[in-house]
Amino acid sequence: MEKFTTVTGVGVPLKRSNVDTDQIIPAVYLKRITKTGFDDALFAAWRKDPDFVLNDPLYKSGTILVAGPDFGTGSSREHAVWALRDYGFKVVISPRFADIFAGNSGKQGLVAAKVPEPNVERLWELMDASPGLELTVSLEDCTIVAGGETFAFDIDEYTRWRLREGLDDISLTLRNEDAITQFEARRAGWLPKTLPIASTVAE
Amino acid sequence: MYTEESAPRTLAEKVWNDHVVVRGENGEPDLIYIDLHLLHEVTSPQAFDGLRAAGRGLRRLDQTIATEDHNTPTLDIDRPIADPTSRTQIQALRTNAAEFGVRLHSLGDAEQGIVHVVGPQLGLTMPGITVVCGDSHTSTHGAFGAIGLGIGTSEVEHVMATQTLPLKPFKTMAINVDGILRPGVTAKDIILAVIAKIGTGGGQGYILEYRGSAIRALSMEGRMTICNMSIEAGARAGMVAPDETTFAYVKDKPHAPRGADWDEAVAYWRTLPTDDGARFDREITINADELEPFVTWGTNPGQGIALSENVPDPDDFADENDRAAARRALEYMDLTPGTPMKDIPVDAVFMGSCTNSRIEDLRAFASIIKGKTKAESVRVMVVPGSAKVRLQAEAEGIDKIVEDFGAEWRFAGCSMCLGMNPDQLAPGERCASTSNRNFEGRQGKGGRTHLVSPLVAAATAIRGRLSSLSDVAEEVMA
Repeated sequence: MEKFTTVTGVGVPLKRSNVDTDQIIPAVYLKRITKTGFDDALFAAWRKDPDFVLNDPLYKSGTILVAGPDFGTGSSREHAVWALRDYGFKVVISPRFADIFAGNSGKQGLVAAKVPEPNVERLWELMDASPGLELTVSLEDCTIVAGGETFAFDIDEYTRWRLREGLDDISLTLRNEDAITQFEARRAGWLPKTLPIASTVAE
Repeated sequence: MYTEESAPRTLAEKVWNDHVVVRGENGEPDLIYIDLHLLHEVTSPQAFDGLRAAGRGLRRLDQTIATEDHNTPTLDIDRPIADPTSRTQIQALRTNAAEFGVRLHSLGDAEQGIVHVVGPQLGLTMPGITVVCGDSHTSTHGAFGAIGLGIGTSEVEHVMATQTLPLKPFKTMAINVDGILRPGVTAKDIILAVIAKIGTGGGQGYILEYRGSAIRALSMEGRMTICNMSIEAGARAGMVAPDETTFAYVKDKPHAPRGADWDEAVAYWRTLPTDDGARFDREITINADELEPFVTWGTNPGQGIALSENVPDPDDFADENDRAAARRALEYMDLTPGTPMKDIPVDAVFMGSCTNSRIEDLRAFASIIKGKTKAESVRVMVVPGSAKVRLQAEAEGIDKIVEDFGAEWRFAGCSMCLGMNPDQLAPGERCASTSNRNFEGRQGKGGRTHLVSPLVAAATAIRGRLSSLSDVAEEVMA
C-alpha cells in the first residue's frame, strides 16, 4: 500500500444520502476474480444517466468524492472500494460511513474522511460556486482546504497511522504470532471444528 | 467495552473479551481471535490470490468452510452454469479450495446452500464464538449469542493467514422488545420496525443485543431473521443471549459438541447472558403488542411502514436529506403519496434469502398457500436456503403445496435476493420479497422491491397485491 500524506484534486459533489454499495458497484460486476480493473463498474447504473455528476467533463477526473450521510451502507463487498480506487478516487468525504465500508477503505489506501453535515453542505456550496474546484486533503493534520476555507475531518487514529505509513495489516498482525499460538493452546475443546467432516447422514 | 470482569457485563463484552489475543493500547485495535471462518465464491478469490502471492497458507483449515451460493443457478443444477463469469467464479473457488485444502460444499452436495444457513445447520455456529465471513449478513449467526461479523476481502485474507482480526471495540445497544406478537406478525416485522425506527445509520459503531420477552419467545429461525438484518440498521453485529431454545437447536447437530464437551460448552454458554445492571451505550424499546405486519415503500430498508398505512408524503419528513431520499425513492418505486400500501399490485413474489429461507419460514409460507392458487398475474418463486432445507421441506410435502399453488420450487442459493444468478426482476417489475435489501436494482436492473415477511409474501402471492394474513382470512370468511 502506498503511503498517503496529502492529495489535491477535483472534488466531486454527490448530493445523495444512503449511497449503498449496490449503487457503488452493482452485483453483476462482483463475478470478476481479479482485484483491479473495476473502474468501469463504479456507479454503473447511475452513469447511464447523462446528468449524473461523473458524466460532466468538469468532474470526470475527480479524485475527491463529497457525499451525503450514510455512505457505503449495505453489502460488505470490498469491490466498492476497489471501484472507487480504480476510477481514481483517493478520498471520500461524508458525514457518516457504514462501518464495513470505512474498514475496507483503510485496507486499500482510500481515505474515508468524516466531516459534520453542515460542513459537507458548505463544501457542496463551494464546489457549486466554482465547478471543478480543487480540494486538498491532508492526513498530516486531518484537514480539507477548499476555496480558501479549511475544514477538519475525522478518521480513526489507527487507520490514519497505517495509511500514512502504508502498512499492510497481515504483516503487522504476524508480529504477534506467538501470542496467537499461545491463545490457541488455551482454547476449549468444544469449539467448532470444520474438519474432520462429521457425518450428516445419520441425523 | 472494557468492563472489569467483576462488574456487570453485557453479552457482547463477554464474548469479545474472551477472544482478545492482544489488547490494543493507545487507540490501537484489539487483536481478536476468530473461531469460525465461512467462505463463498464472491469475496474469496482475491483473498486466495493474496495468500498465493505472499506464499502463505490458511492458518486453521479446521476452522474454515466454504460453500457456493451467490452465483449458483436454482434450476438445472446438474448442467454447466450458463453464465461464463459465474462459472469462472465458482470454478475459482473449487480450484482454490482444492489447492489450499479448504472444505467445500459445491452445488449438488447435500450440505450446499446459503453460507448463513449452512453454518447453523451443521452445528458449527454456536454460542460464545466469533464467526466471520466476507458477507455482511454474517450478523445472522449472532442469533446464537455469537459475534458474527461481515468483513471485506482484505480481512478475509487476513483471517485466512492469521485466524485473527484487528478490531476496534464496538459500543453496545440494547433493543428491548417486550410483549406478545399478534397473529400474523413475525420476527421479520420486528426487525423492519427496528430499522424504520433507528434508521440505516442508527446502528453504526454498535453491536445490537435484542432482548425482551418477544425475543425470548422466538424460535432460532426467528432470531436469525432479526440478527440477519442488523446490518441494515448499520450495525456491525446483532446478538441474542443463548438460552434453552438455543441449546436445543444446537444439540445433536453434526458438529455440535458431544458428551463431556457438550456439558462443558453448555456450562460456559449459561454464563454469557448480559448481567443484571450491565450498562448499554444506548437502549431503545419496541412494544411487540402494537406491532403490525411491516413493509418497505422505498429504496433503503429504513423506509418501511405498517402494511395498513399509506405511501408517505416526502414533504412530511422533518429532515431535508430524508425528504430528498423519499422523493427519489418514490420516483424509482413509481409510487404516489397517499396510496394505501395494500392497493399496490406486484408482479413477483420471492420467498427465500438468508433472511427467510429456513425450514420454519417455508412452513409458514406453505401453511398460508396450502390448497390455494396464486394470483394469475404474479410469478412466485420459492428458494430454500440450503439443499438440506429443500430435502426436509420435500419430506414434509412442502414442494407439492408450492407447486399446486402455481409457484416455482427451486434449488438452494441466494437467488433473487441479489440476482447474481439468472433469478432477476425485469426492469420495472415489482416484487414482494422476503429478502433483506430493497436497494435500487438489487433484484435486477430497474426492479422494485418491497421487503416483507413470509406470511405477507404468501398473502400477497394469493391476492396479487401487498396483503396481510388478515386480508386472506377475511376473504375466506366472506
